Amino acid sequence: MDYFDIFISILGSAVRLSIPLLFTALAGLFSERAGIFDIGLEGKMLASAFAAACVAYWTGNAWFGLLGGIGVSIVFSFVHGFASITNRGNQIVSGVALNFVAAGLTIVLGQAWFRQGGRTGQVPPEGRFSSIVLPGADMMRDVPIIGPLYANVISGNNILTYIAFLMVPISWWVLYRTRFGLRLRAVGENPGAVDTAGISVAWMRYRSLIVAGFLCGFAGTYLSIAQSAAFINNMSAGKGYIALAALIFAKWKPVPVMLACLLFGFLDAFANFMQGKSMPLIGEVPVQIFQALPYILTCVLLAGFIGTARPPKAGGVPYTKER
Amino acid sequence: MSLDSPKEPAIELVGIDKKFGTVHANKNINLTVAKGSIHGIIGENGAGKSTLMSILYGFYQADHGEIRISGKPVTIRDSQAAIAVGIGMVHQHFMLVENFTVLENVMLGAEGGQLLAKGVASARKELKRLEDDYGLEVDPDGIIEELPVGSQQRVEILKALYRGADILILDEPTGVLTPPEADHLFKVLRVLRDQGKTIILITHKLREIMAITDTVSVMRRGEMVATRKTAETTVEELAELMVGRRVLLHVEKGAANPGAVLMSVRNLTVKDSRGVTMVDDVSFDVRAGEIVGIAGVAGNGQSELLEAIAGIRKPSSGEIFIDGKPVAGVDPAGLRDLGLAHIPEDRHHMGLVLKFEEYENSILGYHRDPRYGRGPFLDLDAMRKDAEEKIAKYDIRPPNPRLRTANFSGGNQQKIVVAREIERDPKMLIIGQPTRGVDIGAIEFIHKRIIEMRDAGKAVLLVSVELDEIRSLSDRILVMFAGKIVGEKSGEAGEQTLGLMMAGIAA
Ligand SMILES: Nc1ncnc2c1ncn2[C@@H]1O[C@H](COP(=O)(O)OP(=O)(O)O)[C@@H](O)[C@H]1O
Ligand SMILES: [Mg+2]
Repeated sequence: MDYFDIFISILGSAVRLSIPLLFTALAGLFSERAGIFDIGLEGKMLASAFAAACVAYWTGNAWFGLLGGIGVSIVFSFVHGFASITNRGNQIVSGVALNFVAAGLTIVLGQAWFRQGGRTGQVPPEGRFSSIVLPGADMMRDVPIIGPLYANVISGNNILTYIAFLMVPISWWVLYRTRFGLRLRAVGENPGAVDTAGISVAWMRYRSLIVAGFLCGFAGTYLSIAQSAAFINNMSAGKGYIALAALIFAKWKPVPVMLACLLFGFLDAFANFMQGKSMPLIGEVPVQIFQALPYILTCVLLAGFIGTARPPKAGGVPYTKER
Repeated sequence: MSLDSPKEPAIELVGIDKKFGTVHANKNINLTVAKGSIHGIIGENGAGKSTLMSILYGFYQADHGEIRISGKPVTIRDSQAAIAVGIGMVHQHFMLVENFTVLENVMLGAEGGQLLAKGVASARKELKRLEDDYGLEVDPDGIIEELPVGSQQRVEILKALYRGADILILDEPTGVLTPPEADHLFKVLRVLRDQGKTIILITHKLREIMAITDTVSVMRRGEMVATRKTAETTVEELAELMVGRRVLLHVEKGAANPGAVLMSVRNLTVKDSRGVTMVDDVSFDVRAGEIVGIAGVAGNGQSELLEAIAGIRKPSSGEIFIDGKPVAGVDPAGLRDLGLAHIPEDRHHMGLVLKFEEYENSILGYHRDPRYGRGPFLDLDAMRKDAEEKIAKYDIRPPNPRLRTANFSGGNQQKIVVAREIERDPKMLIIGQPTRGVDIGAIEFIHKRIIEMRDAGKAVLLVSVELDEIRSLSDRILVMFAGKIVGEKSGEAGEQTLGLMMAGIAA
């Protein structure tokens, strides 16, 4: 294989690996711009991966699987909202609790229902999102440069991948061009301004969490029935946290979120590629370095080396009027 | 009512009562505000003015009581309901989204449809009209955090008018304004009144009440104690009603007797955390036995100057000399050892740990003093005895060193800080906002202590945004504007002169 082919194959897998990050980071974008920190993204993703796999396994329909994934993710969002909006609890505590619940519950239920040590049953092909070959992909394959790029990176993905990229401009449009988006951004900066403008702060924040749950449901579904064919123990494997890192790295803006997710996806793909390979001079590079890079980059950013990340001002603070 | 008599009430509040936990913020309040008038509400800090108005605006819910608008009883469950009956409010702490444009802030909650595009054009037009009608100039595309406070306040007023408010409540609107800006605001308010709007103006500045209101109501400790026609009352009467006893509005002080220079600042430049220059090449001296006041509208660099001298903020260039010694790199504890005491601007943020008991705060920062313990151990008995002495001397109430500091009123909290710093008998004293949020009685007390310090030959540097305070205490006044000292005047300088300097207009 020449270098270009290697590059194309890494790029292809980078795109695939970035999709769950992208859905999750966009989910985080909606909740954090509304002032609700969402460390529970990881748990939501895991729970929805489990739900999607179960539903798809039982019904044999990928779309029902997706609905299941979204539904469970939204339920988790409501729990988070109930704890942190209605009862004004600590958002981090609530999010971490959800992560634990998701990790435990998926194993317990999985074992009870499938008895495969936490795995769900193998989802049949019609219960999965399989790759779509875009028109002309085979014909294009031989065109230099663009050909392989089109055939192996752009074409050959499943529908959720395309939806993920479509969500980027849609999120931007919703945030910056609609009344909902204006109010959502306002409630994350100064809920007092929203309240005195006669808008319910709690309801705005619940709605943003619903959107977050909706998007995160896609991420989980992608993991279990698009990227794989079953739910596996702890299959989110920290992607929720990487997505949060991407969100910070992107300074809470939709298009940069996409770029950050692609970058982190690329690092992941590169790490996979480097596994066990030795480099001239250096020898074998531990893959952990690449796995740690997203966090390191985010820390460097937070330390102020790459501009400043200005989080939503009211983020993490429950809205109370009476002291 | 068939006839539009000017006496028709726009607002009637009947028996409004509100408690926050154990704090009885509003006690059975009755208030009638005539349509088309400017009605002042005056009272000390904590009297319950903001609470009452926030109830009218639906921000808080009253525990009891009735609200009538133009004679009709209404239930105001939230701000939306208040807006619907024509009430608009400019809050004491602005309710603006700082990284939004003016236009976005004005539209928030009144966007005119699901999509923003539709509303933007009409909002822009309406904003222009309001600007022309009332002289409320502001750039619709300006970002709030980049606007001066005066403009931010105009945005708040525009927000209310954009929503069609007939009744406009302004909570302490002049606290953040220069005197010329305040005059401009009053002009706007008069125009609004003459067009038939009803205005409620909350303030604790008696002068403003006399200058602009038609009627004035006085609140004290949660109660409405009196309502007067402004033309028929005097500043003295209002002050007495506010405090509940006779008060001296002016501090008595003799001539200063300045000695050697104890504190000097040379070409000091200080940047804030964003790298913006807040203090710009400032130089001055403070001598023993004089009070030097720094006047200026909040945010013109006084806070940063004070913090730099106190050793809390690192200057980016320039020098500070304490008692002749350069003190670059000396930390606050080191400065204290050199005889510099600091009463910080914000007692909650810097002066006190609110969760500590009173006696702990009363030695905060001096805990290494051998009087209060040995080695790593504190001598609690000595600390408490010491605290009790200060409590007696400064009449801190309740006189209980074991009470949590948060449970003292603002005035008493401030006295704890003042007692701690002054009783160390420092050579130099730097004070920020000595009486912010402090009741008149305590103001009088704290002012007397400051003058005593001067008369005892200490160098006093005073920063305050209250021009009256600066004028009545200072022997010399330096005016700060945009990080620079734009001029020096004697303590007798007129308010007008200083006001123009504070606005950066004249030197
Ligand atoms: N949101 C709140 N929660 C609890 N206590 C409050 C709240 N707002 C005001 N208070 C208390 O109510 C009293 C009246 O406050 P406020 O209405 O702000 O007075 P004013 O505006 O006259 O200075 C004060 O003792 C204050 O500490
Ligand atoms: Mg107030």
